[in-house]
Amino acid sequence: MWDSLKLIVLGAIAVFAAIAANYARDLAFMVSALIVMLAAGTAFLWTMRTMDDPIRQRALANAGSEYMDGVIRAGVIATAGWAVVGFLVGVVIAAQQAWPVLNLSEWTAGYTNFGRLRPLHTSAVIFAFGGNALIATSFYVVQRTSATRLWGGNAAWFVFWGYNLFIVLAASGYVLGATHSKEYAEPEWYADWLLTAVWVTYLAVFVGTIMKRREPHIYVANWFYLSFIVTIAMLHVVNNLAIPVSVFGSKSVQLFSGVQDAMTQWWYGHNAVGFFLTAGFLGMMYYFIPKQAERPVYSYKLSIIHFWALIFMYIWAGPHHLHYTALPAWAATLGMVFSIMLWMPSWGGMINGLMTLSGAWDKLRTDPIIRMMVVAVGFYGMATFEGPMMSIKAVNSLSHYTDWTIGHVHSGALGWNGMITFGALYYLVPRLWGRERLYSLSLVSWHFWLATIGLVLYASSMWVSGIMEGLMWREVDTQGFLVNAFADTVVAKYPMLVVRTLGGVFYLTGGIIMCWNLWATVARQPRVASDRVAVPAE
Amino acid sequence: MDRYTFLRQLADSWVLLVLTLVFVGVILFVWRPGARRLQKDAAESIFRNETKPAPEDREAEDRKEVD
Repeated sequence: MWDSLKLIVLGAIAVFAAIAANYARDLAFMVSALIVMLAAGTAFLWTMRTMDDPIRQRALANAGSEYMDGVIRAGVIATAGWAVVGFLVGVVIAAQQAWPVLNLSEWTAGYTNFGRLRPLHTSAVIFAFGGNALIATSFYVVQRTSATRLWGGNAAWFVFWGYNLFIVLAASGYVLGATHSKEYAEPEWYADWLLTAVWVTYLAVFVGTIMKRREPHIYVANWFYLSFIVTIAMLHVVNNLAIPVSVFGSKSVQLFSGVQDAMTQWWYGHNAVGFFLTAGFLGMMYYFIPKQAERPVYSYKLSIIHFWALIFMYIWAGPHHLHYTALPAWAATLGMVFSIMLWMPSWGGMINGLMTLSGAWDKLRTDPIIRMMVVAVGFYGMATFEGPMMSIKAVNSLSHYTDWTIGHVHSGALGWNGMITFGALYYLVPRLWGRERLYSLSLVSWHFWLATIGLVLYASSMWVSGIMEGLMWREVDTQGFLVNAFADTVVAKYPMLVVRTLGGVFYLTGGIIMCWNLWATVARQPRVASDRVAVPAE
Repeated sequence: MDRYTFLRQLADSWVLLVLTLVFVGVILFVWRPGARRLQKDAAESIFRNETKPAPEDREAEDRKEVD
């Protein structure tokens, strides 16, 4: 019955998408409609072919006594795959900045220009790599800490496939020119609507699992994950309030305009950093570091204070992106003050993560996974010191619009988000696929050093480049005239752009090594423990 | 008084006060008597139920243990 209903809905979606592709007013919309049609058609065929499969029916009937790990396995694969795609596009656009000829504008009629590939990179690493990592790990953590199977049956699969469909629609849209032109919120209205449906389902699955938990506590990692899900829902809906020009076109018009739009955008933008890239990944930190170190978190009290302080303060920090603009000065000052206060809970959390290793510091010498996690927490601390410092108006007047900002973002993203995710993937793969251990620890060490050196090259070259740019832009002669033209700074930072590209290549190489190592862990080792727990026949 | 000015003044007086008090209250609540044992139990909960869900009646047993 339920499967028949699914067939009807999927069929209707496929037909409507075909009609939409036919009437499409622009290329981006047509391609999106075709992708939706193919996705719905594939799901239709898959549902039809498996609906009466007796093996599947039996597996579903026994499902209550096991964790739902299939969707997490899929999420781990997607995370590793998107990581390489996102890093690769990053290396390409870094190289385009150093050598503009690589835009290939003449051959590709502008479709591969930096302006189109840049949102592809940011979305691929933040939303595809980071988002899949967050969804997969949150499903893993919430099941283990609630001691119960995911709520909602196949709803978790809808979250996984729907989210990845959203990413494909967004990514193909950028290249073909469909964009809201809002940083980190570029996807157009139809992709936004899909994400809203997916996200509400995600929230329901997560909260439903917590509600039916068989453990008296809600472990602190789940609080962080939950705050991430709830806040992203709110940010996404408010910042993407837009009216489509046509049902069959990708263009839409924002409801806000002017300074209100800017404020809403950076309220969204900074809390995307605060709740997507910080709170969610802190959930990972509070689960995977204690598990890998095999000791409970250093101070549970501190973790609760960390949580509430972060929640109360982060939401106000956005206006620091709009210093010296049309935004009222009081709002900018408010953003700056809250950003500086935010330093304290951030470092409280860093100390909590690092001190979890107290009494187990020797593991740093033998376990490259814990080394990766510790470096992640170290970069969390570094980025959350640098960020408040850059939000101070006097510093911001030098750093804003320069490469320093890019360097700051990447020490947070590559150092904190990347490294903690790699650590979590190395932790998860042997457990999810029932293998005794990782295929090669020395390859993990290679990955660790490549990523760390790449990161140091990236961050230091961008510091030099950014501060140089800031100083060159403000330099005036005795008559009060500006000394440098903008193009002079572009010429002067060429060596730093090359070093940055090299750092990216290192980081990408590390990611490829990780993918191979994870693949070999599964494919080249025998299964030792069943990943499905046997159920007695009774 | 227009709406903007009213909301603005409300936000930086009473609402600010209430939010600050809620925040301080949340922090103080962490140190309530008897919290240490619960927090220790929660911190160690990640080392249970690694491979499969707890059985149905586990929750009742847990409550007995806490009492």
